[in-house]
Amino acid sequence: MLITCPYCGPRDVIEFTYQGDGNRERPQPASQDLDAWNAYVYDRLNPAGDHNEIWQHSGGCRAHLRVVRNTLTHEILSTAFARGGHKSAGHKAGGHQ
Amino acid sequence: MVERQLPERQLPERLSPLEPVYHPGSHGNFEHGVDVILSETRPGSILQLAAWPGEEKRLMSGIYKVTGLALPDGAGGGVVNGAKAAFGFAPGKFTVVDEAEGLASAFTGLITPSIGTITDLSHGRTAIRISGPKAEWVMAKLFAIDFALPAFPLGAGRSTNHHDVFAQIQRTGGDQFDIYVFRSFARSFWKALCHASEEVGYEVH
Repeated sequence: MLITCPYCGPRDVIEFTYQGDGNRERPQPASQDLDAWNAYVYDRLNPAGDHNEIWQHSGGCRAHLRVVRNTLTHEILSTAFARGGHKSAGHKAGGHQ
Repeated sequence: MVERQLPERQLPERLSPLEPVYHPGSHGNFEHGVDVILSETRPGSILQLAAWPGEEKRLMSGIYKVTGLALPDGAGGGVVNGAKAAFGFAPGKFTVVDEAEGLASAFTGLITPSIGTITDLSHGRTAIRISGPKAEWVMAKLFAIDFALPAFPLGAGRSTNHHDVFAQIQRTGGDQFDIYVFRSFARSFWKALCHASEEVGYEVH
């Protein structure tokens, strides 16, 4: 599996570290909304298909990336820097939330 | 009370982590010629400069003012000029190297906290040079990146790793690469590099 880092170009997956589901919305730190915190910690879409993910190019430029990966084929559909907080590819993969 | 006289201040001797395994001479399959030359370049200064987002151009102009090295735009862009070298290794981050010691102090006052940070890694990294007609071949055995000249132009830098040993690589010649590895992993990496070079015949300078 190759992931194309926006800075370094295509690299083997071994250089990257998975940082979790990219669909999570972290509540404000002061939030006491237990449902929101529960959803942030536990609720996952687990889709069979395109999935928003956060990866870090830990064995390269160390940038955090937003990656859309197909969980069935492992095809990488898009990559972008996570900085800025925008969802990669401008769409939310993985169906409804 | 007699004042104790301080001994004359002496600069500490620089020790190489490669010393026990650094054997100058020809090695491996060199009967038909030596196809790569390995050496430790031992630069006096290895710095990491990082710009805050949006401050990259000011940092790059600071590097130019101090070193005279004009960094090109673009990911992994770099430049080599005699004793000095610089390259981008991550977004807004640059490695700057000088044969002379004391480069960090030259940046102090120029790279202000509003622009970014300076980290002196001179004692934390070991610089290894590989050159020769088979340098690309040997490097390709260790690192899963494209070492061909069009993909990895002269002066450019790359961040990658070999068996979890993080490495920064700069192309400093048509068939020459400088590799910066953590000092604590340098001996292990050097041995791996020597083993990888055996088949083509290598010389340690």
